[in-house]
Amino acid sequence: MSKLIDPREGVRVLLMGNEAIVRGALEAGVNVAAGYPGTPSSEIVQNLADVAGERNLYVEWSVNEKVAMEVAAAASFAKLRSLCAMKQNGVNVASDFLLHLTAAGTRGGMVLVTCDDPGALSSVNEGESRHFARMVEVPLLEPGDFQEAKDMTKWAFELSEEIRNLVVLRSVTRMSHASGNVTLGRLSDAQPKAEFKYNGFILDPLEGPVVSAPVPYKHTLQQEKLKRVREIFEESPFNTYAGPEKPDLLVVTSSACTLYSREAIDVLGVKDRVGLFKLGTTWPLPPELLKKRLASTDQVLIVEEVIPFLEENVKILAAETAREIGVKTFFGKNDGTLPSIGELNPDLVAVAIAKILGIDHVAMPPEYEKKATLMSFAKAPNRELTFCPGCPHRASFWAIHHALLMDNRLGFVCGDIGCYSMAALPCGFSTLKTLHAMGSGTGVASGFGQLHRFGMEQPAMTVCGDSTFFASVMPALVNAIHHRAELTVVVLDNSGTAMTGFQPHPGLKVNAMGGDVPALDIARICAAMGAKVEVRDPFQIEETRETLIRLLDQKGVKVLIMRQMCALSPEKRAKKNYEVKVDEALCLGETCGCNRLCTRVFRCPALVWDKERKKARVDEVLCAGCGVCALICPAGAIRKEEVA
Amino acid sequence: MGTQTLPNDPFNIIITGVGGQGNVLASRVLANMLVRRGYDVTIGETFGASQRGGSVMSHIRVSTRGAWSPQIPKGKADMVVSLEPVEAIRVMKDYGNEEVRILVNDRPIYPVGVIAGELNYPALDEIAGALKDLSKHVWFIDATEEAIRLGNPILGNVIMIGAACGLGILPVGRAEFAEVMKESLAADKLEINLAAFDLGAAKPAAAA
Repeated sequence: MSKLIDPREGVRVLLMGNEAIVRGALEAGVNVAAGYPGTPSSEIVQNLADVAGERNLYVEWSVNEKVAMEVAAAASFAKLRSLCAMKQNGVNVASDFLLHLTAAGTRGGMVLVTCDDPGALSSVNEGESRHFARMVEVPLLEPGDFQEAKDMTKWAFELSEEIRNLVVLRSVTRMSHASGNVTLGRLSDAQPKAEFKYNGFILDPLEGPVVSAPVPYKHTLQQEKLKRVREIFEESPFNTYAGPEKPDLLVVTSSACTLYSREAIDVLGVKDRVGLFKLGTTWPLPPELLKKRLASTDQVLIVEEVIPFLEENVKILAAETAREIGVKTFFGKNDGTLPSIGELNPDLVAVAIAKILGIDHVAMPPEYEKKATLMSFAKAPNRELTFCPGCPHRASFWAIHHALLMDNRLGFVCGDIGCYSMAALPCGFSTLKTLHAMGSGTGVASGFGQLHRFGMEQPAMTVCGDSTFFASVMPALVNAIHHRAELTVVVLDNSGTAMTGFQPHPGLKVNAMGGDVPALDIARICAAMGAKVEVRDPFQIEETRETLIRLLDQKGVKVLIMRQMCALSPEKRAKKNYEVKVDEALCLGETCGCNRLCTRVFRCPALVWDKERKKARVDEVLCAGCGVCALICPAGAIRKEEVA
Repeated sequence: MGTQTLPNDPFNIIITGVGGQGNVLASRVLANMLVRRGYDVTIGETFGASQRGGSVMSHIRVSTRGAWSPQIPKGKADMVVSLEPVEAIRVMKDYGNEEVRILVNDRPIYPVGVIAGELNYPALDEIAGALKDLSKHVWFIDATEEAIRLGNPILGNVIMIGAACGLGILPVGRAEFAEVMKESLAADKLEINLAAFDLGAAKPAAAA
């Protein structure tokens, strides 16, 4: 049994932030959940899907975030409770619907969980979702520890029903992917019946049609709801204060920054001088509570990550109430006290507090720091990101790289989001030259595919993953075909949403809950759209490369599906197809003349260079047994033997 | 084995290694052992974009005073469990101090830059010299080799958890390990994991 459906109330367990959010949703009696995978959010929908049977839920990995929010909204309209989870970039995708949704209002409690990634630990940008709450005028909650992640999620459903609108709960990587103790509450046993009522008066929020018109009335109503939210937030137990009545410095913070701030105050030993005002309800701000705290001090430090969202909102309130609370000195991002990019940590906060209070703070003896830094630089070689041993992408990009070289027109690849984004790095032979949002590779390449009329001779080419194909490539592909772009599209089909942990997508016969579903065939879809379609196994490197060279030379939109399952897929994991060995008698080492193609260029972590013997060697612990390296050695020294 | 109180509160453990070594699992197991003893444990994990081959690091904060930052403050590690040799050096820059206890699996995993000949991977005695220059307490353990002898290299992480407990300064040991593993493992896998733990637990004393 999953610990997330442990019926024992009051038991303390270790939960990841994302698991705590799931438990909170289950205690609230969530009925429907939908999302699209994206680090650091993916465990939320995944964990709900895993208990869907026991808890009578409907959970799906939707085709993209916008559809996920629409699916979750339908449940709310039918008076069920629903949750939608995604990474910040997903909120951008869903935002078109989001504005309509919040203008029209909801019925059953509906919560959007967005997981931001300050520092871009697993993203290609550090976008910020808090602004969406202000933009679409709905409440924003930010848990400051793991217990709150659970309790706040549960409460978010109640708040949503009280105001009949969406509630946004925002987490960050260091909350979602961190773990801590959580005391379990009672699981809900509500079994509501779904029914969508639409025959009431148009202005009836529970029985009329769900529309945002008449706009002046509905928009006014939405803003009145926000006023009510403000009052509720004044009393919220998620806003806390710890410190002296009249602190020398007031730290205003939220989210994981609460933990950094608490630690910084502890490390500096300044809890008698510094007050920690932690806000769980960060939009709209509760004005009376904030006024009371601001009035108690002259100096305020706002601790938050990436964009100064909280800082700006606090400053607006301070300006409006300056006559009552007096003029304050503010520290934060705008004045450079804290960095304006990247994630924070206890040290950055400690340095900021020490600077404001004029305290000497030495985290590490300078001599030790110098020594450790030098040693790290000299003796810990950098580990650049790379494709896993046995990854089909290494083989695919090997074929793409060589096809583009042989095509000899300075071709390049437009890319988007997936493990294959790393093809911009040496592990993908640096073939990827543009990298933007999900599906953008195909859209951008569709544009390049029109530029031949301006003398552009380079062939336009793009790659996308199988999950991305369904999520957002299809409209771009339609665009390219309809507008007669000259374009080669490579679909890197590795049978799952690999980067985020193998979530199923519409191309597979299984759904999030493990049920049977019809698989949509990418090849047939592309053919039906009017593209020329070929399918190859990238592990057959030569055949794949030759096919690509041929396609690059043809007119119109061509799709080459490179189909080979991810090395980490549950079906493949820890199963070697081949035992691979280097025949030292045949390995010519540095004298080979190939410039050590195997280790210097192919760069598989499992095919290493033995410095002493001056030969290539297979690390049997790391090797996944794909056998591809045997195809690239010109001396035939890498031998593969099929594993029975 | 094990003591009843924490040497420091919070007590800060780093488990570091390379993607695919079972680092995240090791941190969860150790943390769950401590939670069973009633401690407040916070784990911070950096594994987002770490495909196989990238550095992966978990910070475990053990306390009787609530949740702490998922990132250990600078210079404040009390114990480093490194599943790969040079990763131990890497963490010292930010979290090291002369008193930190460092346990190192001696099996290198070469970064692709090393494989390609662009970077140098130091010899094991050079790594040992560097670590001993940075801390008074360093143990090298042949965890991967022992795990291969047990039948699966992935057991290296369990051997290292055993070694961490074998130091005798954590308030948990074999009993808690067995309880946690019983909950998450099929019965037929328990025995081999316990064997790996015991093997690891005996290592620090043997290496000293």
